Amino acid sequence: MRALRLILTGWRFHVKSLTLSAFFLLTSAIQPILFATMAYFMFRAGSTEQSLLYVALGSGLMGIWSSTLFGSGGAISWQRWQGTLEVSIAAPAPFVLVLIPITLATATIGLYSLTATLLWGKLFFGVPFDLEHPLLFLLSIPATIVGLGMLGLVLAASFVLYRNANAMSNLLEFPVWLVTGLLVPLSLFPGWVEPISWVLAPTWGVRAIRDAALGGGDPVGAILMSLGLAVVYLGIGTVLIGYFERLARERATLSLT
Amino acid sequence: MAVIEASELRRTYRTTTGTIRRRRVEVEAVRGISFEVAEGELFGLLGPNGAGKTTTIKMLITLLVPTSGSARVLGHDVVREAGEVRRRVGYVFGGERGVYERLSALDNLRYFAELYGVPGREQKTRIAELLDLVGLTGREKERVEGYSRGMRQRLHIARGLLHDPPVLFLDEPTIGLDPVGARELRAMIATLAESGKTILLTTHYMFEADSLCDRIAVIAKGKIVAEGTPQQLKGGVAEGWVVEIEVYGIEDVVLDRLRAVPGVRAVAVEERDQAQLVVVQTDSGQELTHALLSRMDGAAVGRVSSREPTLEDAYVALVGES
Repeated sequence: MRALRLILTGWRFHVKSLTLSAFFLLTSAIQPILFATMAYFMFRAGSTEQSLLYVALGSGLMGIWSSTLFGSGGAISWQRWQGTLEVSIAAPAPFVLVLIPITLATATIGLYSLTATLLWGKLFFGVPFDLEHPLLFLLSIPATIVGLGMLGLVLAASFVLYRNANAMSNLLEFPVWLVTGLLVPLSLFPGWVEPISWVLAPTWGVRAIRDAALGGGDPVGAILMSLGLAVVYLGIGTVLIGYFERLARERATLSLT
Repeated sequence: MAVIEASELRRTYRTTTGTIRRRRVEVEAVRGISFEVAEGELFGLLGPNGAGKTTTIKMLITLLVPTSGSARVLGHDVVREAGEVRRRVGYVFGGERGVYERLSALDNLRYFAELYGVPGREQKTRIAELLDLVGLTGREKERVEGYSRGMRQRLHIARGLLHDPPVLFLDEPTIGLDPVGARELRAMIATLAESGKTILLTTHYMFEADSLCDRIAVIAKGKIVAEGTPQQLKGGVAEGWVVEIEVYGIEDVVLDRLRAVPGVRAVAVEERDQAQLVVVQTDSGQELTHALLSRMDGAAVGRVSSREPTLEDAYVALVGES
């Protein structure tokens, strides 16, 4: 109960903090508009049968993944820079409970991306926003946020230990867009890509959101997969953070000085 | 029973030098220090920048694992029982970092209250009390980025006291504050000590340690070079004499020549606008002014004076000898 309360308070705190960052907010809102525009022209040139909403939702999810990736890495670096990383670790709360709200908040801020993309699509490309299963669509969004947030937790663990690890986030952005089917359908890739996609939460998040919005597929299964992966990530993240926190205390990488 | 016990604490940092041919270097920040702090005592760790004060505090509050040696806070080992230690200590450091700037003081305190395990029903009262104690009532809804350095420092203190810890670690809390702000903060620290908290304070201001601390350990280059009450430390140099020589540019080789004069205990240089003040501590009963001046060929010498030693001289002598 206490842990849930801490997660909820921390999540509200960090969402508020990120929302007040003009840089983070503008990046979250403007970058996906560029993605959506590019994706729209790519799909039109390719004359595929996918609907425009399919493209817009994928672009929105690309924004959520970017926000999670840069947010999780950036949040740790930013906290290290402003001296709050040490203060948080010196607190009696388990550090994993300090980090979970941060990574969940960065994934939540990605919702600005999804909203901006859908609005952009509707205003400039006439993308209709008709939902097949509105209730499932509403459920698929928090399930996706939780899945991505927990994946961010696993990544953030390494950012505690390595001061420059967020440079790695640049390398992870584009490949994950591709292998999770956010940008182009997975069927275009060789067979060996598929098992990789199964263990990445964005795969199930985009499936859940697309299937709920466009119909077909199995949105409930995808929602459950996203949440199931979140539990697995939470387990891995908790173990890694405990281990990395101890290493960071041994190697003195918690502060800049 | 001592509240804080440090036994042969040692901490080495590994770093690298060079751009192309990188070389691993080990820096010994703390080199085997031991001390004890009793319940309700205000203990000062006094030393220059880079002496190992912050490293010592970070080991005691579980942020750094000692390379060797051991430490206990309220009987709990700082490595094996980190969680128990964290529940019982408050940590405040100087400077502007350590709070979330884009949010208000109230937001910050609510968040940290949760992190420090303050029960929900007590949070509102506790935060109001602390805002009152640190003089931020009425400004608590403003964003921290608009706060002065003094206000941020007071917010740090409030954060460190949220869970009402019996032991407080204050790492150079007055650094960078204006004289009025620093005086207010020292008064607040004295009040906390009077309320029965055990406090470990680090500072490089002699007068601050003198006015606040029950006992002081002088730390230099990672080692404790003296320990005692402020009076005992003053007593260490009370029998000496100080010669001050104003010069306009002086080379290290000349300073070394001064140090070699028999009867000289320590030599330090203080920068003054366009000149430097060479402060030479000597044994008592020796008139060394002439001997010192005769070894300063080539240096442009200004005013020369001599006086009895102060507490600051005691500190300079201790740090200079190490």
